[in-house]
Amino acid sequence: MKKSIKKILLLVVLLLVVAVSLAASPYGEREIRVDGSIAAAVEQASPGDILIIPEGVYRESGITLKTNRITLRGEPGAVIDGEGNGHILIIKADSVHIEGLTVRNTGLSHVRDYSAIRLEGAAHFRVNNNRLENNMFGIYVSRSAQGEVTGNRIAGGGARESNSGNGVHIFDSQKVKVSENHISLHRDGIYLEFATSVEITQNVAIDNMRYGLHYMFSRDSVYSGNEFRRNNAGVAVMYSRDVVMNDNIFADNLGPASYGILMKEISGSEVAGNRFENNTIALYSEGSSRVRIENNSFKQNGWAVKIWANSTDNVFSGNAFIDNTFDVATNSRQHYNTFAGNYWSNYDGYDLAGDGIGDVPHRPVRLYSIIVERNPVSLILHRSLFIDVLDLAERVMPALTPETLVDEKPLMKSPLP
Amino acid sequence: MKMNTNTLKLIKYQLRDVMRSRWVLFYLAFFILITDALFRFGGSGDRVILSLMNVVLLVIPLVSIMLGTMYLYNSREYTELMLSQPVKRIQMFAALFSGLVLPLAATVSVGIALPFIWNGVLLSHIGALGYLLATAVALTIIFSALAFAIGLLTEDKIKGLGLAVVLWLFFAVIYDGLILLVIYMFSHYPLQQPVLIMSMLNPLDLARIALLIQFEASTLMGFTGAVFQRFFGSMSGQIAIVLVMVAWISIPLGWGARRFIRKDF
Repeated sequence: MKKSIKKILLLVVLLLVVAVSLAASPYGEREIRVDGSIAAAVEQASPGDILIIPEGVYRESGITLKTNRITLRGEPGAVIDGEGNGHILIIKADSVHIEGLTVRNTGLSHVRDYSAIRLEGAAHFRVNNNRLENNMFGIYVSRSAQGEVTGNRIAGGGARESNSGNGVHIFDSQKVKVSENHISLHRDGIYLEFATSVEITQNVAIDNMRYGLHYMFSRDSVYSGNEFRRNNAGVAVMYSRDVVMNDNIFADNLGPASYGILMKEISGSEVAGNRFENNTIALYSEGSSRVRIENNSFKQNGWAVKIWANSTDNVFSGNAFIDNTFDVATNSRQHYNTFAGNYWSNYDGYDLAGDGIGDVPHRPVRLYSIIVERNPVSLILHRSLFIDVLDLAERVMPALTPETLVDEKPLMKSPLP
Repeated sequence: MKMNTNTLKLIKYQLRDVMRSRWVLFYLAFFILITDALFRFGGSGDRVILSLMNVVLLVIPLVSIMLGTMYLYNSREYTELMLSQPVKRIQMFAALFSGLVLPLAATVSVGIALPFIWNGVLLSHIGALGYLLATAVALTIIFSALAFAIGLLTEDKIKGLGLAVVLWLFFAVIYDGLILLVIYMFSHYPLQQPVLIMSMLNPLDLARIALLIQFEASTLMGFTGAVFQRFFGSMSGQIAIVLVMVAWISIPLGWGARRFIRKDF
């Protein structure tokens, strides 16, 4: 009787031990609390390890991670301070996961791109919920694939544009998800070059020195639900194709060369459901073709759409143009794009048929916008009665504005809330 | 002391006279109605102010100069009567001018401010509204002064009214046409400075630009706009605006006063 109880007890204890060890590290992962140097801990780690970094300031830089399947997890208050020396964290392995860390003070250089977290040739990486402060580059993804960068708070040092880097920099990489980050005071908030299939969603880019998002030679990418505010030049999408830009907010991008979106040589893309408010130029298009611009709202911008004559086959429909100084501006009487079924707040036609579509076509290009295009100084006459008279005369008998740039079916009511 | 009481007494009489005629009430109703309508259709205070800007720039100069000219001609007999009393001419002139400008300026301010009060956005927009009203009052004074100058230039009522319309047309439309002409003729030269100075010389343009800088910055943030913005938005720019406006009040008024004093009634 006594023996059997002992046996059962032993069995229970054994089972408990197994259960606890299984729960603690499923699939054989070890949890290691870093004590002292992170670089040393990273050096000794073996695949599958979870390195927990306790609260404290770690004055280290150039920490290089070369082992696959490592997790670096910062506890609240864990700070890695580079003290101005070069890169801070360099990842050259696959399936690495970095979360909860505060990384600050990379080096500054005119020649090298020092970054807080740098991924080189890494696949399946995850960089979540970190705070990056006062770095040259925040997260630098180079020649990597299939990763995600989410929930990070990235603030640059706010130095000059020439020696400041980008918040999230993606170069020659594929299938990267960048979402829910907050990026400010960097050169470009998010920068993409030669990237494919990148998804940029729900990010906020504010007060960056150049572009909120800068997009070069990239394709098949999506950016949606982001907010770009008060960046010096807004968002630039250049030399790319098949880009989807939906449901973003572009606001308060004000300045001599400021845009909501600058599109240069873009083809086969979609711009839909975005909100443009109080930008100097909301949408600027140069040499772009086959872009569908639908259901956007343009409110109180200086120029809602500035479209160069070398842009062709773009379609504007279902957009609402409300209280912009200039709804559409262009530089030629030749025009090869389509405007149909938009709402124009300064449309003065009527709807006798009662079908919600104005009976008189609307010409969104004011004569004054052409005058300003040729002689920018004439901007000083804005809102003058004389200019209103000129505009009216031109609308009655178009002589200088593009004949073909007409919305034949202007909406009587804004299609957007 | 005696001079002041005399002037005040005259102003009081003038005001009572103006109140008895109905145009001030119409003017008040006009501003209340249009501001309230803008609130009903447009909504937010910012947009209302932006729309009011056009009304202020268009209506106030026209009404001030037309009403002012007519007012001066209509009070001719009364003026002659008063001048036969022991009243100094300069006192009479001051009373006439105040009797026109005070009700006009008060009407505009009250008419615009009232709807802001009952829509509950007065305090949140007090800065922008104050700027708009200050400009409106300045325009009222300037164009009333011009009206007095016209009224004292010619005795002929029809001629005077015609002159008032032409002068308004000149400042509101023709002058800007001339600026555009200059811009096109000299488009190969750096024109920012000359155009800036030219537009400063027209009180209507000046008021328009002062308001633009405050309320529609997004347009003016373009490259050329930035130059104007930098000048007019700066302290010295604001001072320059005030100085030019003061000049536009004092020169026609001073000339008018001189003529009034020497005039053979």
